[in-house]
This record gives sequence, structure tokens and C-alpha cells, in this order.
Amino acid sequence: MKSKTLNSLIINGVLAIICLCWTVPTFGLLVSSFRDRLDINKTGWWTIFPHKDWVSTEKIKPGPEVDRTLPMTFHGVTATFEEFSKGIESEGLRLKWIGNRRVGYLDVQEYTWTASTIFTVENYKQVIASKDYTAKLADGSTVTERGDNMGNAFLNSLAVAVPSTIIPITIAAFAAYGFAWMKFPGRKMLFALVVTLLVIPLQIALVPILRDYVKLGVNGTFLAVWLAHTGFGLPLATYLLFNYMSELPRDIMEAAFVDGASHFTIFSKLVIPLSVPALASFAIFQFLWVWNDYLVALIFIGASPTNQLVTQRLAEIVGSRGQDWHLLTAGAFITMLLPLAVFFGLQRFFVRGLLAGSVKG
Amino acid sequence: MAISVKPRSSGMGILKTLLAFIPLALSVLVLSWGFFFIRDLQTAKENPVPQIVTVLLAIIWGVGGVILLYFTANFFIEQLSEKWMHRLQPLIFVGPAILMLCWALVIPAIRTIIFSFYDEASAAFVGPRNFQFVLSDPGMLIVFRNNLLWMVFGTVFTVSSGLLIAVLADRSRFESLAKALIFMPMAISFVGAGVIWNFVYSVKPVDEPQIGLLNAFVVGLLGGEPQAWTAFFQPWNNFFLIVIVIWLQTGYAMVLFSAAIKGVPTEIIEAARVDGATELQLFFRIMIPQILGTIITVSTTIVIFTLKIFDVVIVMTGGQYQTSVIATEFYRQYFTYNNNGVGSAIAVILLIAVTPVMAYNLRQFAQREVF
Repeated sequence: MKSKTLNSLIINGVLAIICLCWTVPTFGLLVSSFRDRLDINKTGWWTIFPHKDWVSTEKIKPGPEVDRTLPMTFHGVTATFEEFSKGIESEGLRLKWIGNRRVGYLDVQEYTWTASTIFTVENYKQVIASKDYTAKLADGSTVTERGDNMGNAFLNSLAVAVPSTIIPITIAAFAAYGFAWMKFPGRKMLFALVVTLLVIPLQIALVPILRDYVKLGVNGTFLAVWLAHTGFGLPLATYLLFNYMSELPRDIMEAAFVDGASHFTIFSKLVIPLSVPALASFAIFQFLWVWNDYLVALIFIGASPTNQLVTQRLAEIVGSRGQDWHLLTAGAFITMLLPLAVFFGLQRFFVRGLLAGSVKG
Repeated sequence: MAISVKPRSSGMGILKTLLAFIPLALSVLVLSWGFFFIRDLQTAKENPVPQIVTVLLAIIWGVGGVILLYFTANFFIEQLSEKWMHRLQPLIFVGPAILMLCWALVIPAIRTIIFSFYDEASAAFVGPRNFQFVLSDPGMLIVFRNNLLWMVFGTVFTVSSGLLIAVLADRSRFESLAKALIFMPMAISFVGAGVIWNFVYSVKPVDEPQIGLLNAFVVGLLGGEPQAWTAFFQPWNNFFLIVIVIWLQTGYAMVLFSAAIKGVPTEIIEAARVDGATELQLFFRIMIPQILGTIITVSTTIVIFTLKIFDVVIVMTGGQYQTSVIATEFYRQYFTYNNNGVGSAIAVILLIAVTPVMAYNLRQFAQREVF
């Protein structure tokens, strides 16, 4: 019995380490997004945990009469400016010159427990803002910068993701019913087409569609993105819903036909309610896919500033201000907010969809 | 009281048909008016209404429109004679999907294949020149090498870590918690994942404290030099990008393997245990053959996925530092160099690369009994 406990200890230990590795990157991002922008760039996010470090206890600012080019004496230690700049340890204290020779000061530090605990929502306010935003920093100063318009982009992403989920599901549900329960010439051929298109790479279709859009004058609009996502999502949606609907009990369907119900009635009153699990699985999958998509938005919405989606805005911050971690962390978290909520709320359906083969390329 | 059934006169039939057509015609009219209205709102330089109004209008128009069209079209069909109703109904049900598929995938694919034999501006026929360029240019060869790295290492590590975690989780009391944590990255966009990992990899000059986890680890615990992992660390920088996709996709592999493992009959495992099989033997001789089908499915999916990888590379490096892959090169040729010919040729190569999977799917389909 002892080896059994040991076994489960090893298993749980290894699992815990893997889970930690998997979670830490996201956790670091979340923590950083709430830190002051000066802190993010100066210290690692893990310094929010108690750790031992040199902590300032006293700042000594020598008057102008002290000649900084000669050795200076503080706390009984005499050294040159260069030596103080490197930091001198004496009697458990560290004397370190901060800043330049003329306006800098001497920092008396003590090695002790500390934690960086300044948290703020300024980063979020700035990425959401559409106009200039004046951010307050931890040291009391303010910075005015252009906001990143993430709030607007969030709305746009909703405007793209909701119809891009519902439209293909509606069309696919009708088609799946047709393939499963109607007889018409070319049925097998047409379904073979759906199967063939399951793994087709989007790249093959993007540019011809873009040309159509330019001709119609719809490039840069939500409609353009809906139609593209509808087309690209249809093969998988039709295939999955067909698999589900064709396995509905035959006797229920036949009883309905005998009662004289039309196809449309059976579809809307019987088949759709019975297919809710399959519809929900695919809906979650398509929603996450569309919300997280970057390529399709990049090509069909492009640079149009008012219509850009969250992924585009975030990619743009990466491109133009790749070292502004206060914006990147907050921006990234805004893009992740809704997908994570959907994911944790509806994980069961999502897993079921994956197991039914909803894997899209 | 007797009910008199009037024979349907043909004149009444036509009138009825016309009347039944009115809702459909009206919806088409209203929807096309909405189309122009929303299009012009969105393409206008200064949108006169707040964005939230445009967004709501667009959602109502798009979602409501599709449902309205199906309803009115069906209403129309159901007023027709029995014979015509049966003839036209499949068209209403299946037609829109087929139309969309043709417009969004089939016809564009054909057009792209044609473009791939034309020059940059799609004006003059150049024969196989674009393909010759794509298959021989030294820059392109690096691109193919990178995709190969992605496909081999991305797939091997995703599948093996997914399998490892599934097996471990299956024996742990914390199964659902562990699985949820590993699975979570699947909800994150590639752009978001790019930012997360850019932060992990971020680098500061030697004399400053490192804020990136990896460099802090290397400098603080291993005593090494900070590195720009995704830039000048060639060709290993590709692996630091591949890690991101392993992180994203392991959850998917794990979920499928987990279900497959639970499907292995316990009698077989018990029988093997009674016969004195060790845990390792049990895993390699019993478990692996039992879930081989799932392993193949997951591997194929991830191979296709890594073949088309785009967002991660664009966000992390923009395809610089010799990390470009087929999909980023496609984008660069089309939209940076405006070279339609070469761009199309690259897309065609992607298509050719997935044809074995298409053929396999079709063969599976042909064997099904439903049809």
C-alpha cells in the first residue's frame, strides 16, 4: 500500500509541475497588466511576492557644496562617485548612488523582505480609451498619450463574432437537414464536396474574395468578414450537424411525416430542439475561432481604424509599441476576457464539440 | 355539415403564388436597403452615429436577415403545388450552403490556381515560372525548412505532452482541475498568446534586471547571459515559437486522448495486470495500440494546423530573423510585394500539401452507409 501512495504522490507532483508551467505565463500577464507602468519595466512581475531584496531606507541628497569629483563620506564610508554608483556594502547596509553625478542622490538600502504591491487599473483605462488619456503614475507624475481604442474594438469584435457564428450555423443546419432527410438528385456528390472542403487552407481563397469585395465596395465592413467566416466555417458546421441530425431516431421523424408535417415544420419544431447540444458545441467553437481570428480580419477589415477588431488592435500595439508592456498586457487581457469567460462557462459543450471532431484549420 | 372542396383553379393558383411571393420579395428589398445603409455607415470617413448603434444595427440586420430569408422562402414554397414544393424544397434547404461554399471556397480556389500561372499583376501568362521561383529561391527554402520544423517538432511534442498529461490526469484525483488548466490556452487567440510569450521571452540589457521570465531564470539561476530568444538566436529561435503552439494545442490533444483512454476496456488492462505486465509494458503494448486511431487523428490535425501557422509568427517576429513560414510568406508576397503570381503559387502549394488528407476524408466518406 505504501508504494501506491508514493505512486500517486509522484503522479500528482509531476502533474502539478506541468500545470504550473502551463499557467504561469498567463498569470504573469494578468499580474503585470495591473502593475504600474514604471514597475513593469523595472522589475519582474514575480516581485509582487514577498522576497528578499535591497530596500531603500534613507535618501541622502548632498548639498551643492559637496564636490562630487572627490571622494565623499556617507555613514562612515568614504568612496568616489564611481564606487558609490556600483554600490558599497557596509554593516548590513548598501550605499548606492542613484542617478547622475550632479542631481542624483545616495540611497541607503537594507537587505530585507519586500514585495512590490502597487496595483492600478490605469493601463486598462488607457488601452480602452479612444482619445488622449492622461495616466497617473505611481511616482505622482502624469503622462498623456493616445488611447488604443480597445473599447471600440471590443464592440467591433462582438459585431463580427455574433453574426459570424449564427449565420453559418443557420445555413449549415438547413443544409444538414436537407442532406440527412430529403431526397434530391446530386445529394451524394454535393455532400462529397462538403467533405472535400473540410481541410482546405483559407489562403487559397482569400485574394479572389478580396477582389470581389473591392468590386462590391464592401471591403472593410463587418458584412465582408461575416460572409468570409460563413463560407470558411460552413464545411465543418454542415458536416458535424449532418452527423448529428442523420442519427436522430428515424421513427420520430417518420411519425411526424405521417402526421402531415412539412419539412420546415419538422425542422424548426423537432430537429432544431433535438440538435441543441450539437448546435451549442459548434457555436462555441465557431465563436472562439472568429473572436480569436487575425488573418481574416487583417485582410478584409484591414487598416480601417474605426472597424478594427481586438486582435488587430493588439497586433498593432505589438508592432508599433512592442516594449510598452503596460499596454500590451492590459490589451492582451481585454482580448482574452470574453473567450475565457465562454470557455470556463461552457467548457462541457466545448469538449463535446472537440470530441465530435470540430477541428478547424 | 358537408365540407365542399373546391377544385383549385389555375387562376387562383397563380394569384396565390404571387401573393405568397410578397413576403419574400419584401424581405429581399428591406435587406438590400439595409445592406447599402450599413455598408455606407461603415465605409464613411466620419461615421455620423455612435459605433454601438452601428454594431447593433449590423447584428440585427445580419442575423435577423438570414433567418427572415429562410422563413419567407419556405412560406413561399409551401404555398406552391405539392409537386413543385417537393422539387424546390431541397433547393431552399441545401442551396444556400452550396452557393456559399462555391462562392467562398470552390471558385476562389480555381481562380487562385489560375493566378498562379500569371505574372505579378495577373496580366500575362507565365507558365510554371512562379512555381520554379517558389521551389528554388533560397529564401523560400528556409521557409519550407521552418514549416518542416513546425510540423515535426510541433506535432511530436504536442502529441506526446498531450498523451503524457492525459495518462497522468487519468490517475489523479485532481483530473478535472488539471485538465481545465492545460486546456485553457485553447481559448486564447494566437495574437494574445504571442503577447504572453513575448513577455516571457522579453530581454533587457545585461546591467538591468530582467523582466522576462526566461531571461530572469537564465541570468538569475543559471548565471548566463540574457538572450533575445526569438531574434538572433538562429535557427533555434524557431523552437521558441513552436513552444507557443505546443502550449496552445496540447489541451486539444489531451482532451481527445483522455476520452480515448477512458474508452479502453478495463478487462484488457486488468487481464494484462494479472499476467504480470509492468506499467510501462501496459502503456506501450496495450494502451498505445488501443488508441492508435486517436493518435493518428490528432497528429493529422496538428500537422495541418502547423502547416498553416500564421498569426504566431507574424506577431512574434513578423517573419524576420529567418522564422518566416509558408503562410507568412504568402501574406508578404501578396500584400507587401503585390506579387499575385508568387502569392498564388504559395497558396496552391499549401493546397497540394493537404490533398492527401482530403483524399483520405473522401475515402472514409465513400465507405459510409448513410448515403
